[in-house]
Amino acid sequence: MLIAVIVALAVGTFGFRLAGVVLRDRLDLPAPLQRILPLAAAALLAALAGTAALTDSGGFAGVSRPLGVAVGAVLAWLKAPFVVVVVAAALTAALLRTLGVP
Amino acid sequence: MRTAERTTDRALVRDVGAIGLAAFAVGLSFGAIAIASGLPGWAVITMSLIVFAGGSQFMAVGLVTAGNPIAAVFAGLLLNARHLPFGLAVADAVGTGWRRQLVGSHILIDESVAFTMAQSDPAGRRRAYWLTGGTLFVTWNVGTVLGVLLGGSVGDPDALGLDAAFPAGLIALLLPSLRERDTRNVALGGAALAVLTTPLLPAGLPVLLALGGLLLVWRR
Repeated sequence: MLIAVIVALAVGTFGFRLAGVVLRDRLDLPAPLQRILPLAAAALLAALAGTAALTDSGGFAGVSRPLGVAVGAVLAWLKAPFVVVVVAAALTAALLRTLGVP
Repeated sequence: MRTAERTTDRALVRDVGAIGLAAFAVGLSFGAIAIASGLPGWAVITMSLIVFAGGSQFMAVGLVTAGNPIAAVFAGLLLNARHLPFGLAVADAVGTGWRRQLVGSHILIDESVAFTMAQSDPAGRRRAYWLTGGTLFVTWNVGTVLGVLLGGSVGDPDALGLDAAFPAGLIALLLPSLRERDTRNVALGGAALAVLTTPLLPAGLPVLLALGGLLLVWRR
């Protein structure tokens, strides 16, 4: 049963991935659709960032994580190197948690 | 030209390395949590190798151990449906030919898409896609195997703040493209829609709803 779950999830997930890649390569998508594809990707990535920053299993993610992400976002805005952004976000959240902030 | 290319390559390797390290640590905790939930080691390692989508893997472990295998498949697939539009958006970076597309599709994850979208020229997009996907495939799976072996002695990744590292990295990669007005409107509108609907809808659906942000540029 367990292996069936794993294989079904793997096949379905790979199907989504391959379908996108192959459809774009094989089909001549209309120009307006081609134009919005980067926008669609940006919307999905921004939604992932927003939900991952603010929510946790359907509820509010607490304070430490959003604050950590905010510190990272400000540093990114100030054009800090990527590594600095990621490490500062993690350190801020970790530090706040050791101080007992949820 | 050649030096400039090498410098950007080095920066890319460093940035991808940072995310790769984070994926390793989360993979470690995935392996440990899955083992602690009572799943056999071989199943946990197989899942990381053939599913290779962290969010859906954590969810599947939770639902399977709660005795809900059918939900584990459907909820996981709903969460991963975003990979289809992602595939459409990065197909040029994956390349042509069956072998390339089969292997390249498997390493399509949020991070490989984000790094690819942050590059402007075709060669840079290709390098970013394959480097990110390949690196994270290795670190995620090595992390899982180690997590399975170490089990309960692995700490909680939230204690390291890794849950804040992922969205911060995404924001850093997205920020330059947000200078363009249409992209900014669509991205911020979509993100707001997803965050607001998260408490109401099953996981995966809010992120897909973000595509509704495209309506903001539909006028032409």
